[in-house]
Amino acid sequence: MIANRERPGEPVRHVASKEELLEFYRQMLLIRRFEEKAGQLYGLGLIGGFCHLYIGQEAVAVGIQSALEVGKDSVITGYRDHGHMLAYGIDPKLIMAELTGRVAGISRGKGGSMHMFSVEHGFYGGHGIVGAQVSLGTGLAFAHKYKGDGGINVAYFGDGAANQGQVSESMNMAELWKLPIIFVIENNQYAMGTSVNRSSSEDQLFRRGESFRVPGIQVDGMDVLAVRGATNTAVEWVRAGKGPVLLELKTYRYRGHSMSDPAKYRSRDEVQAVREKSDPIEAAKRELDALGVGEDELKALDKEIRKIVAEAADFAEESPEPELSDLHTDVLVGQY
Amino acid sequence: MSDTRTMNMIQAINSAIDVCMGRDPDIIVTGEDVGYFGGVFKATEGLQRKYGKTRVFDTPITECGIIGVAVGMAAYGLRPVPEIQFADYIYPALDQIVSEAARLRYRSAGEFTAPITVRSPFGGGIFGGQTHSQSPEGIFTHVAGLKTVIPSTPYDAKGLLISAIEDNDPVIFFEPKRIYNGPFDGHYDRPVTPWAKHPASAVPEGHYRIPLGKASVVRAGEAVTILAYGTMVHVAAGVIADTGVDAELIDLRTLVPLDIETIVASVEKTGRCIVVHEATKTSGFGAELSALVQEHCFHSLEAPVQRVTGWDTPYPHSLEWAYFPGPVRLGEAIKRVMEE
Ligand SMILES: Cc1ncc(C[n+]2csc(CCOP(=O)(O)OP(=O)(O)O)c2C)c(N)n1
Ligand SMILES: [Mg+2]
Repeated sequence: MIANRERPGEPVRHVASKEELLEFYRQMLLIRRFEEKAGQLYGLGLIGGFCHLYIGQEAVAVGIQSALEVGKDSVITGYRDHGHMLAYGIDPKLIMAELTGRVAGISRGKGGSMHMFSVEHGFYGGHGIVGAQVSLGTGLAFAHKYKGDGGINVAYFGDGAANQGQVSESMNMAELWKLPIIFVIENNQYAMGTSVNRSSSEDQLFRRGESFRVPGIQVDGMDVLAVRGATNTAVEWVRAGKGPVLLELKTYRYRGHSMSDPAKYRSRDEVQAVREKSDPIEAAKRELDALGVGEDELKALDKEIRKIVAEAADFAEESPEPELSDLHTDVLVGQY
Repeated sequence: MSDTRTMNMIQAINSAIDVCMGRDPDIIVTGEDVGYFGGVFKATEGLQRKYGKTRVFDTPITECGIIGVAVGMAAYGLRPVPEIQFADYIYPALDQIVSEAARLRYRSAGEFTAPITVRSPFGGGIFGGQTHSQSPEGIFTHVAGLKTVIPSTPYDAKGLLISAIEDNDPVIFFEPKRIYNGPFDGHYDRPVTPWAKHPASAVPEGHYRIPLGKASVVRAGEAVTILAYGTMVHVAAGVIADTGVDAELIDLRTLVPLDIETIVASVEKTGRCIVVHEATKTSGFGAELSALVQEHCFHSLEAPVQRVTGWDTPYPHSLEWAYFPGPVRLGEAIKRVMEE
């Protein structure tokens, strides 16, 4: 029976031109350097509270978002959101200033690291409650369809979030109503200190949608071109009105869950092995090398990125705190 | 009485669960990261090693499921102690708490009960923003069929938690996370004092109970009654020490059941009352306290009851200390109530 149902085709690894791959490399490196800087600012006490870094997962956001149309499609994610925003071309200054809780931040210092938004980019946040964004994404997809604007929604969530009841509820509704949504599970193998096989009876998470007839595709999330290739397949299916697709990206976070997590639930060797064998940036670098991009060019690029990040940090440090009166605005339409 | 040991609030909570588990094999500890990892605040550290994975285990991230399953376990005679990692994540479980746990006894005419103890860190002062700082106790005190307990010291935390676990009704046990490691007087710019310097850090190693529904008079006084719980007990104690006002400070310890006798006796003596909590003001537990004081002590009151609370906004990311009802706001309320 399942065999008779139409499914998206087998994804093909994206074939990128030198320029395109260089651009992916630039974006991934920007995310990594930005996150390293955020980690430093956290250490200096300039960023407080909860802050979750995206280091190691860069290929996911870059590969997926490069296949979307900014302004037409919508994106929503959880609290590990800096990378998705950068991959969408949102100004690093505005993101960093949000991290430091300053008034120049993209959400005027009201959201912080976990809660950032950009209407202009169709970026619907940044959500701290695990799994909640998945139903919101389903609603966004409904609205795209209702308005007939041709847009699709991409809803990112983690392997841990995949176990929230509302995620299953959303998949059912999305397939039932043939909504234009790509469910993206960023399977970095841990939800805080709990590994996937200690929390999920089916640890092949791409199968999660099966009983709802949501086709699932498992992807090497450390290979930006594989990610992009799978996204091409998913976008084609979803845009054609055939309903949702579930992508499971196998990836890894190098740092602790948040800045306050010493990550004692896994060994250093495990982390080191992933870094050495499957780092997405190093892999892209090797491929660029084969395409004839020299070490010098990449060094210059790194320098340029470090400058952008340093400027973002300065901006985030210099911008003032919100006014006291800001405490009481944006609660409801009117002030009270 | 067993030997005492200096404990912070986390250690006292851990000890309470440990003592209960050692006495009753039907006690089960579940929640996100509570087993292998020992809890994000380490409140359940070592318990899985000691009692095994069938009694202390990690759940998926599924708050509704965590509580629903606990209610089922409890109806069959187990005594689950589920943890909701932060009170801010309790809302997916609200249906199971309100519609099931709180009402099972009533609708089965007492045949089935749900003796679960939902432990959850709550409250602000840790720069957690809107998803790691809330004080939702008023949502639960509003529901008939639940008990709500909030300790303010390690000694109380252990004794109250043991009572909660052994209680035959569902209990919401909110742990003020700002004071896990030391009392906090609201002066966020001063160094943190560890619990070791506070007398209530001397905690018996063994079993003892503090009854639910019994407040504690932290400081006796004649001029004004201050009603507080959790972190705000220490903020109030700090303000009393700084201003020298002869206030009577009452730590409610349990909101439901409430020790109304202790409150009434105090307000009849002082004639003035201030209610303090971190939670937002409108429909907060302070509104209930204020109404009760007015109903019971109307003729003794010399001034309107004052409420010092968080503002009616989501918990902010920036401007945390402008939101937090700290020493300045409480000091002003004391002035106001004394001038009447
Ligand atoms: C409803 C809810 N429950 C629990 C949490 C606490 N929490 C925050 S992140 C997290 C782990 C999530 O892991 P995963 O979905 O795999 O995403 P990752 O952090 O790996 O990106 C948990 C348990 C929360 N924020 N919201
Ligand atoms: Mg994860």
